Amino acid sequence: MTTGIGARIERKEDRRLLTGQAKFVGDIKLPRQWEAAFVRSPVAHGRICAIRKPDGLSGWVFTAADLSDVRPIRAESSLPSYNASDQYPLAKDKVRFVGECVAICIAPTRAEAEDLAEAVEIEIDPLPPVIDALKAREPGAPLLHEEWGNNLFLTTFFDGDIETLRKTAPVVIEREYSTARQAMNPMEGKGTLAYWDEKAGQLVVYTSTQVPHLIRTGISELLGIDQGQVRVIAPDVGGGFGYKCVLQPEELSVSWVARKTGRPIRWTEDRREHLVAGANTRQHHYKLTAFADERGRLLGLDAEITVDVGAYSVWPFTACLEAAQAGGNLPGPYDFGTYRCRTFSVATNKPAFTPYRGVARPGVCFAMELTIDAIARAVGREPSEVRKENLVAAGKMPFTNVTKKFYDSGDYPASVVQAEEHIGLAGFRARQGKAREEGRYLGIGFSTFTEQSAHGTKVFAAWGLPLVPGYEQAMVKITPSGSVEVRSGNHSFGQGLETTLAQVASEWLTVDVSRISVTMGDTGVTPYSTGAYASRGMVMAGGAVSKAAEVLAGRVKAHAAHLLQCKPEDIRLSDGKAWFGEAHVGFEDIARAWYLRPDQLPDDVETAGLEVTEGYKPDIDTGVFTYATHAAIVEVDPDTGETAIEDYYIFEDCGRRVNPLILEGQAYGGATQGIGTALFEEALYDANGQPLTSTLADYILPGPAELPHFRLGHTETLSPYTRHGIKGVGEGAAIAPAGAIVNAINDALSPFAVEINAIPATPEKVLGEILRARAAREAAE
Amino acid sequence: MKPSPFEISRPGTLDAAREALRDEAHGTKVISGGQSLGPMLNLRLARPSRLVDVTGLPGLAEIRKTETHVEIGAAVTHARIEDGEVPDPIPGMLRHVAAGIAYRAVRNRGTIGGSLCHADPAADWVTAMIALDAVLVVRGGGGAREIPMSGFMLGAYRTAMKDDEILTTVRIPRYSDQARWGYYKICRKVGEFADAIAAFVADPERRTCRVVFGSTSGAPFVSTELARQIATTGAAVPLDAVKSVLRDSGLNLSEVKIHQLAIAHSRAVTEALSDA
Ligand SMILES: Cc1cc2nc3c(=O)[nH]c(=O)nc-3n(C[C@H](O)[C@H](O)[C@H](O)COP(=O)(O)OP(=O)(O)OC[C@H]3O[C@@H](n4cnc5c(N)ncnc54)[C@H](O)[C@@H]3O)c2cc1C
Repeated sequence: MTTGIGARIERKEDRRLLTGQAKFVGDIKLPRQWEAAFVRSPVAHGRICAIRKPDGLSGWVFTAADLSDVRPIRAESSLPSYNASDQYPLAKDKVRFVGECVAICIAPTRAEAEDLAEAVEIEIDPLPPVIDALKAREPGAPLLHEEWGNNLFLTTFFDGDIETLRKTAPVVIEREYSTARQAMNPMEGKGTLAYWDEKAGQLVVYTSTQVPHLIRTGISELLGIDQGQVRVIAPDVGGGFGYKCVLQPEELSVSWVARKTGRPIRWTEDRREHLVAGANTRQHHYKLTAFADERGRLLGLDAEITVDVGAYSVWPFTACLEAAQAGGNLPGPYDFGTYRCRTFSVATNKPAFTPYRGVARPGVCFAMELTIDAIARAVGREPSEVRKENLVAAGKMPFTNVTKKFYDSGDYPASVVQAEEHIGLAGFRARQGKAREEGRYLGIGFSTFTEQSAHGTKVFAAWGLPLVPGYEQAMVKITPSGSVEVRSGNHSFGQGLETTLAQVASEWLTVDVSRISVTMGDTGVTPYSTGAYASRGMVMAGGAVSKAAEVLAGRVKAHAAHLLQCKPEDIRLSDGKAWFGEAHVGFEDIARAWYLRPDQLPDDVETAGLEVTEGYKPDIDTGVFTYATHAAIVEVDPDTGETAIEDYYIFEDCGRRVNPLILEGQAYGGATQGIGTALFEEALYDANGQPLTSTLADYILPGPAELPHFRLGHTETLSPYTRHGIKGVGEGAAIAPAGAIVNAINDALSPFAVEINAIPATPEKVLGEILRARAAREAAE
Repeated sequence: MKPSPFEISRPGTLDAAREALRDEAHGTKVISGGQSLGPMLNLRLARPSRLVDVTGLPGLAEIRKTETHVEIGAAVTHARIEDGEVPDPIPGMLRHVAAGIAYRAVRNRGTIGGSLCHADPAADWVTAMIALDAVLVVRGGGGAREIPMSGFMLGAYRTAMKDDEILTTVRIPRYSDQARWGYYKICRKVGEFADAIAAFVADPERRTCRVVFGSTSGAPFVSTELARQIATTGAAVPLDAVKSVLRDSGLNLSEVKIHQLAIAHSRAVTEALSDA
């Protein structure tokens, strides 16, 4: 069996990960290592008056005053109207959210470090907090960053002739939608261990990150150390989802203290720190007006999007990536002509917004898909019919949409047809009617989206980022024993890249993946990469490995030709051997000749050897678009407000599937997170900005018992612009569930004249709406 | 999330345990399964300087059946009850309630006594034991005393026990073959604390009928009025009437909560009466 592209093989890393043999930051133990705990702000907004270190222990406690030589995290953006923020790794002058780091304490154990942290007294003069992003936009609201004069990181504007439509459109739908603030909850939280390596003259930082090379740049720039003196190693990382794709203030403080004290210092985030200081994503508000004709054909869309981005702008992705993506991606897979959209990225006294799996699109997909269903109800048609008619038709591909997104390939309406068939739409309405007679409320919902993956330089530059990802490089090498080593500066934090990159190398070299090792995450030994985010890993790192492996295969053939006395072009690689007709040499013979017995090779041998580093960039710079349709059947209990997912089907096209097994895993995991967004997860605050959901007893994550048995279908429309036709897939499945599930809930609840437009659709929310509607009906009678 | 420093002892006799508790009354706390106290320690919401582990005390892990009662040691775990180690005071109810608490890892350690003493308004045993008219046997400096469940829980996390008292035994009356019960819990997901709990126990032979609501944010609410109506009519009370009883209960409940409690109640009663 070949283990190249397309092989459904088990993951190389799973044995280690599933048997407790993996090595996370928390597993590393160095001589003389101490642990760190942070003193965090107890108030949402205030001016720091005094910080008192405990008597006699001040050498173990550090504050902004100690870290005065560290520059603040400041993400610049080239977008007009952008306001940058300065985030000091330890708060200076002001605190702007509950959980912001104020001091770092070190001790031999974490418990002792926490004892110390408790003994630090901080005096804060409270300021009125800004909790509601809509109110924060209004003049007169308290200001987080006084020098701006408002609370707006950014406003953006797309213009379109909406006023004409407003007068002429036969159907006008107005809605407000909102999505809750979430915490990403990777199984492993953040964690950093830093020490000064005297021999290398380097600060070595083990950190749980998706982007080791970027963190190296960030630490070097803000601590004022040459990059050559910083080595960042991301060991095994237990989930990232975007949470670990930005420079973390804790990484800076821990690095600084390690350098200052000459001791290895480690900090590991606990779940409470995560739920408080890491509740940093997903919170959007939409005001939409959709214009359609009598059949529900979308004519135009007028949108106002407010993103509650918290207190600071993260580096390098800024506080604006979310709103910029939301504004650009709201039209999604739909084909319509007129679009107007204003976005507001609003500063509030909450943790700094970080892009989470799907970035903005779970919000825009939710808003758009509910709008499509609302239009369908308004014109009295089956929502999936209206959906199909509005999607970009296959014949129009490649297609440039109203926001100038270039959709490279695919058949969007066909994905709806697949979903209809597999979820059983044809028989559903009869079943639904019968169930209603028995007092049971079933509903069906669909949700279609496009996922821009592997965005290129131009896309990131257009979002104004301070740092633009470009080419991706990879090294592939044959070892003296004929096995293969792959090195990539990208990183795997659960996506299976260790296996899939090996598969790409195996595709060219035909060596079994068990003999291909993949090294990632260590800036000391891997080529530069901006890292793993934006569903770029497989397209970019896969592309780079593919190019390097292709070149290496050519070299292998040249060497083999010497040994087999033929021409390189007569050599065929198969089964980890080089063949000339029936004669063959193994990779071990070729490697042996090159490394150990070069005397056997002719004098004019190619001296570049069996090690190749190549760079890669897709043929287009605008990203490649994966798309999918999700379909759900739910049953809502109108007495309790509970939603049970009876069936869930996903039809996806992500181009070439490098490993179908891994792809399915990505779909299950993503959809599970999407179900969390749809029904469970919500970081709540009181009026003072105090988080109310600081443990997993309050912040509810879906568990196995709450999940449906996902069913999947695939088609492969190869991207014409990437190596092997691969498109990104990591984020996709997290995008659509809220749209499909809430559409299904609203379908189920149609007899109650209830519409849910906010997520999570908790039992309390659903029941509340039902009771309110009933009370209103009774009052009217 | 590490606790502040504490010492822990595991006395082998009740006297030694009481001694340890008296020793330093403020800073000392009993620990049983640690499934509620553990998180409180880690969050530093509880910061005793000493813990007295009662799980090794004689009798606390024992289960007995007498002519009239079933007696469960305070340190008997939810898991043992779930697995049927406890003789039925009323067929199936204890196993059903135990199986619905948290998930197995928590049930393996969490104990019935710990749950009752913790007195979380959303917990299961406080409601179930009121419905079953259990009596708690506690031991303190002044010897043993009995506290009926109906007067045990005073409010959220408050009980009628004194700081130096230890709960030793939960004594549940044995019901007749005619007895009926229903227990219904509404919660966000499997293993989660309840948003609403309703318990119903009726035994014509013992001439008892009890209606209890749990997760009302304070001590469980006992409705003698609903119990009387059900006992006289032999049928469930209409939902709106249940809701007005809850509205008039003096508890501060939202409309959603009232509806959830009323629905839980109807389902518990329907379940109890359906196999009659
Ligand atoms: C994730 C999770 C989910 C849960 N879900 C539920 C649920 O759905 N329903 C539910 O009912 N419970 C739930 N629980 C709580 C669980 O049932 C606990 O086991 C129980 O509340 C406490 O029992 P324990 O033996 O662990 O007591 P501990 O945690 O050891 O002690 C709790 C308190 O009781 C005191 N105490 C304990 N034993 C005695 C004694 N013999 N005498 C005097 N004082 C004593 C302690 O001092 C402490 O104050 C959940 C817990 C967790 C962690």
